[in-house]
Amino acid sequence: MTSVSAASPVEVDPTLTPDEITFLAKPWVTIVWNDPVNLMSYVSYVFQTYFGYTKAKSEKLMMEVHEDGRSVVSTGTREEMERDVQAMHEYGLWATMEKSS
Amino acid sequence: MNGFERHRRSGAVIANFSGFEADLLRSLASQIVELLRNEAAVPPDAQDPFEAMMDFSGPTSEPDDPVLKRLFPSAYPDDEEAASEFRRFTEGTLRDGKANAAIAIIDRLEEAGLPPHLSEQGLVIDVELDEETAQMWLRSFTDIRLAIATRLDVEDGDEEYWYSLPDDDPRSQAHDIYEWVGWLQETLVRALTE
Repeated sequence: MTSVSAASPVEVDPTLTPDEITFLAKPWVTIVWNDPVNLMSYVSYVFQTYFGYTKAKSEKLMMEVHEDGRSVVSTGTREEMERDVQAMHEYGLWATMEKSS
Repeated sequence: MNGFERHRRSGAVIANFSGFEADLLRSLASQIVELLRNEAAVPPDAQDPFEAMMDFSGPTSEPDDPVLKRLFPSAYPDDEEAASEFRRFTEGTLRDGKANAAIAIIDRLEEAGLPPHLSEQGLVIDVELDEETAQMWLRSFTDIRLAIATRLDVEDGDEEYWYSLPDDDPRSQAHDIYEWVGWLQETLVRALTE
């Protein structure tokens, strides 16, 4: 037997500030992984062109990919991150997404 | 040739290729187009026959070919179901975009005078790319390099190995082409960011 229960109201913790609520609503990240093929200059160019990051920020993220093997390049909703991952694949970068920890 | 440069007055990105170089680039771009079009977009081994028949929206499983696997990596490495859904909604668009970028290379080279079959000696192909076309070339250079590197199993810091191969080893020749496209791409990035 099944029944349809009334939808429960969305509960928002009244102690959270608006910034904290926004943060909780954006729990996904796009990760770019190191690969032996892509040029450092190209990876940095992609971050500048697609995300609109400054040259300094793009180079910092690129160096993280190069040295640490991965870097979180954007944060947002699941839909936003799916768009970013698709764009990174269009540019030939190896990107995945996951819930931010 | 000097690779790509930004033309001071027009702002266009320019380069000149020998007939041999232009023919080689066209051949690499054509192979990318073939690869993207050959493998069926829908998995042939879907479980339910009706579902398989009705499912023409896009592929849901990882491609078999290692190059295609690298061009279309899994977006959710730890969630097969989400990865399938993502693939269904994105892979078709990505395939079209990559094929169109490779076709842009072929078209511009032929518009610049590259004949269908290269026979003439001393041919020089001057290309002039607007910003949008230059970006398509740039992305397609990446696809070409990813394809060659995947076939060759290129790894970080393995340059010595490639240089140690005899010149007549086909892998050494393929690696030379890979490095040449990388150098071209480097000059194109520089021209676009100048």
